[in-house]
This record gives sequence, C-alpha cells and structure tokens, in this order.
Amino acid sequence: MNNAFLPLFYTFHFYLFGLIALASAVLFVTRKSPVAAAMWLVCTMFALAALYVMLDAQFVGVMQVLVYTGAIMVVFLFVVMLLNLGQPGDISDIRGKWGRLVAGFIGIALVAELMALAKSPLDLRLVVPPVVVPPQTGGVIAGIAAPMFKEYLLAFELTSILLLAAIMGAVVLAKKKDAR
Amino acid sequence: MTFDLLIPSQLLGALTPDIVLMVGAMLLMLLVAWRPESDDHQRSVGRASLIVLALTIAAVLWFAGGGFAAGPGVIAVDKFRWAADIVFLLAAMGTIALGMDHNTRDGVVHAESHVLVLFATSGMMIMAAARDLMILFLGLEMMSIAVYVLAGMNRRSERSAEAALKYFLLGAFATGFLLYGIALVYGATGATNLSVIGQRIMAYQLHHTAMLLVGVGLLLVGFGFKVAAVPFHMWSPDAYEGAPTPITAFMASAVKAAAFAAFFRVWLDAFSAIDFAWFAPIWWLASITMIVGNVVALAQRNIKRMLAYSSIAHSGYLLVAIEAGTKLGAASFLFYLLAYTLATFGAFAVVATLTRNNEKGLDLVDYEGLWTVRPWLAASMAVCMLALMGFPIFGGIGFFAKWYLLQAALSSENNLIPLAVLLVLTSVVSAGYYLNVVRGMFMKPRAEGAPVIAATGPMTRLVLGITIAAILILGVFPAQLARWTRASVPAPPVAAATAAGQTASR
Repeated sequence: MNNAFLPLFYTFHFYLFGLIALASAVLFVTRKSPVAAAMWLVCTMFALAALYVMLDAQFVGVMQVLVYTGAIMVVFLFVVMLLNLGQPGDISDIRGKWGRLVAGFIGIALVAELMALAKSPLDLRLVVPPVVVPPQTGGVIAGIAAPMFKEYLLAFELTSILLLAAIMGAVVLAKKKDAR
Repeated sequence: MTFDLLIPSQLLGALTPDIVLMVGAMLLMLLVAWRPESDDHQRSVGRASLIVLALTIAAVLWFAGGGFAAGPGVIAVDKFRWAADIVFLLAAMGTIALGMDHNTRDGVVHAESHVLVLFATSGMMIMAAARDLMILFLGLEMMSIAVYVLAGMNRRSERSAEAALKYFLLGAFATGFLLYGIALVYGATGATNLSVIGQRIMAYQLHHTAMLLVGVGLLLVGFGFKVAAVPFHMWSPDAYEGAPTPITAFMASAVKAAAFAAFFRVWLDAFSAIDFAWFAPIWWLASITMIVGNVVALAQRNIKRMLAYSSIAHSGYLLVAIEAGTKLGAASFLFYLLAYTLATFGAFAVVATLTRNNEKGLDLVDYEGLWTVRPWLAASMAVCMLALMGFPIFGGIGFFAKWYLLQAALSSENNLIPLAVLLVLTSVVSAGYYLNVVRGMFMKPRAEGAPVIAATGPMTRLVLGITIAAILILGVFPAQLARWTRASVPAPPVAAATAAGQTASR
C-alpha cells in the first residue's frame, strides 16, 4: 500500500493521532505526579484506539478503550488515590491561560469535526478505498474470533495458564505475613 | 509418527508431556488450598509435585524414544526439545526437594512455592518447544512471572524483597526489549513462525532491512538479559543473593537453560541467514561475559554472589556454542547444560544446608575448615567446584563438558579460535575462586565461634547424593551421554507431504 494513494485526510489524522500518542507517552514517563502520569497514559491509549479504528480494526479500538482506559487505568488511579500519592495541585498538567486555550481548541476542533463528518456525505476522494481491507463476513469481531480459536488456539490457552500462574503468585505475595 | 500441527487434536498430542505437567500443577494448586498451612502439608505437596514431575519425565522419555516428528507449525517435536525438557525437569525436582527441607528449617509453610516451580517448569517446556515467537513469549512469561514470585517468597527477609523487586523490574524491562524485537521482526517479515521468518528472509532478500536488523538486535538484548550475559548481567548477583537458596539454584540452572534453549532455536531456525549481522555482537558478548564473570567472581566474599558471577561466566561459555552454530555446537551445548545444571545444583544444595534464614553462613569464611566438621558436605562441595571449573577426573563430567565445547568451537567453519583460547584462559582464572573455596574447606582450621551447622535434611541428602554420583559416574563414562546429546540436535519441521513416507521407511 503506497502512501501516495491515501487521501490527505487519512494521512493527516494518522500523523495527528500518532503525534498525540507519542507526546502523551513522553509526558507519561516524565511526570512527577503519578496521577498526572496516569492521565497522560489514558490519553495515549485513546490516541492508539483512534489509530486502530483508522486501520479498520474497530473492535480492537473499542476493546482498547474499554479494557485499558476503562478498567485497568481506573483501577490504577483508584490505587494511586487510595495510597494518597497524588498531590491535588499536581493533578492538572495544563496550567496557565495558553495551556487551557490550546487544550480547549483541540478538543472543540475534534468534536466539531466529528459532528461535521457525521452530518455531511463525504466526497469520495476523502474516503479510504475499500480494497485496503477486504470486507469480512460476520462483522469485525468474526475476523478476530475465528483466528483466535483456530490458528492461535494454543496461544490463547497458554495465556490462560499464564494468567492463572500470575493470579496465584499475586495471592501468595499479598497474603498476610507468617505469624513468626 | 508425524504430528500434523494444524489439526488441534494432533497439536494437543504433540504437547502431551507439557499438558501432564500443567494439569498436575493445576490439581496441586487445589490440593494446596485443601488444608490449612502447616509443615506437614507443605511436605506432602512437595512429594506430590515430585510425583507429577516424575510422570512428566516418563512422558518425555516415551516421546523421546518414539521417533516422533511434526509438520510445520507452532511447536517443534524433536530430540532437542526432549533433551532440554529433561534438564528442566531434573532441575525442578532438585528445587522442590531442596525447597521442602529449606521450608521446614526456616519455618516457611507456604506450599505454593512447589506449585509455582511446576508452573515455571511448564513455561520452560513451552519455550523449548516453541517454533513461534508468540508461543515462545508466552512460555517465557509463564516462567518469569512464577520465578519473580518465587524470588520474593521469603516475606520476612528485606533483602529477599529487594532482590525480587529488582529482578521483577529488570525482567519486565528485558521483556519489553524482547517484545519490541518480536514486533519489529514481524513487521519486517510478516511472520512469527521461526521457519517462515527464515524462509521469508531468503525469499524476499531481507538481509539488510533496517527493521529486521533492529528487531534482531532488540531480541539479542532481551535474551542477553535473560541469560545474564555481560553487560546485561547487573540484576543477577543481587537477585541470586536475595532469593531463597533452592530458588537461586533453580534460577541459575533451569531458568538459564530455558532461556538458552529458546535463544539457540530462534537464532539457528530464524536468523541463520543473517549470521553476518549477529556473529560479531555475540562474539563480543561471549568474550566480555567470560572475562567479566570470571574476574569479578575473584573479588566476591559471599558464596552466593560468587556462584552468581560464576554462572555469568558459564553463560559466556554457552554463547560460544551458539557461535559455533553447528550440529556439534548443539550437542556440546546440551551436554554443557546438563553438566552445569548438575554441578550448580550440588553446590547450591551445600549452600542451602549451611545458611540460616538466607542471611547467615553465606560468607566464604564460613566454609573454612568445613572438612573437619562435615567431611561429606565438604567433599561434595569440592566435587561441584571442580566440576564447574572443568577439572579432570575429580570434576567428573565438568571436564568433558568443556572439552566438547572446545571441540565444537574449533571444528566450526567460523573462526572461533580466539574465543576458544579465551575460554581456556578464563577457565584458568576461574580456578582462582573455585579452588579458593576448596582450599578453605580442607586446609584451614574451623574458626572459633563459627556457626554450628544443623543436620542436613533427608531430601537435601538425596539431591546431593544423586548429583555427586551423576557428576562422577558420567565423568568416567561420558560417551553414552555424548552420543545421546549428539542425537538431540534441533530438527527442521518435516514437510507434510513426505512426512508419512519418511516415517514408514524408518
């Protein structure tokens, strides 16, 4: 697949979300406050989900948001806040007038774009040609489920044993100390 | 018989020994929770684990003798896998036997440690079998996660907790390298299957693709961490020192052997076409590892740290076998793994007997005059030290292990003579610390107020007896073992169409 055949619209969004993901990842590892770091990681996950959707992997994108941002990061933040590690003053990284303005502008621009795209019929030149990914029967999930339980069955089963061992290890380490 | 790995039932059949172990581990997990924690319970779970391991060994031996093969697929069915499995399973049996005595003496009543050893061992067996980077990664993680927990099992010791955390963080870091390497290799070749990667490199002339080379480099770093090759060895002395001694023995033998087995298969199956890219880096890795490991070991005053650096040095020797890359290299590699595992286990069995709560009795000074109080322990330790050094006759199998390794290095087409010379020279350096222990035990008087040594546990005695006997007997008759390892080289997958005919003609 040659980049020249991709519409500018697609390329622009690929770089936009890629840049957001990379910048948030850098900010994630450089923040001092764990809460701020966690929020940047959430931002990275969202940008990655957008990239998955652009690759026609909507299911993976949705799972990315549900599992990583929805479940794991919330539990992570919950633990951080329970341990009282985050200082309230550090929670927001975007301080000052300009920071807020830029953040607000990007947010409003993305929402506006979404609204506009949902309403208006797209020019064909802006649409990614459908040959990129052949249409699948059974929707997007079948394309994941079938290989998972056929080609990658062994990997799937091994993952479950891996998780079992991990759970057991976590329980052993978290148990109360010996009486002595 | 030839397994067609694309059919799930046949894939299951090819994994029978692994499944025996995994199902056994899961059943034992339930057994652990069945009764309240007590020392008796811990010992009975340990005995049951030994039975599960013995059953798995029986299954592996049955497969190894049956002349099985497999078509293309995610796992390999070859003698190399079975030979590596035997090494892991023997090490796991030793770990559990030592662990039973260790837990009794230090008052640790968790029976879970035995089950975690079983899970780690099943991960290793998957690693030795994997012919697919994805399966390899899952096996590696199954092993690593179980061993991270095992290293931190001793909750009363701060040092153990520190070691476990260090091991976990650096291990996770190494995993990141490995995974990113796998992703880049997949990006360059579009495959995770080792043989397919090799074929695609040839078919599409990917030899100089930057993405592939960076991926291979990252994989090398990841494996370098796992086998503790210099400069990726920093975690190992701390982790070895802090972990409970039976677990240290497990880490130094089986974990390292599994990482090496996977390393060997990945490199020779997938990347033999681009050996120009990795030959020089591994050459340097091997030589630096041999030098640093042996020289730094000279300066150690703590026996576990000394054995940790000695194990780093042995990683360097094993890297020479990967450089040789021939069938003889694979055979000497397996022979060395077995010899090294036996000697390491014997040494750590003695160390485990002499320590208290993983903190006292670990200095080299505590070994002085051991001959006068516990002659059998001193003699066993001496045999293990000489075996690790590669001393003839008294070092038993250790001498032949180094001998075959040198033979493989010298007969290889690649120019490995400098590495072979370095191997011999660093082995001479290693005499400085191995013989130092022996000299201390036999020639120095027992210090006043040296800690009183408790009675050796029954299982420890058994492990010691078997390992020392094996080291000495195999040292007199190494030919049988050498023949067995020479037959156990990695085999390429059998083409599906001709497979039936080949088996019939055999």
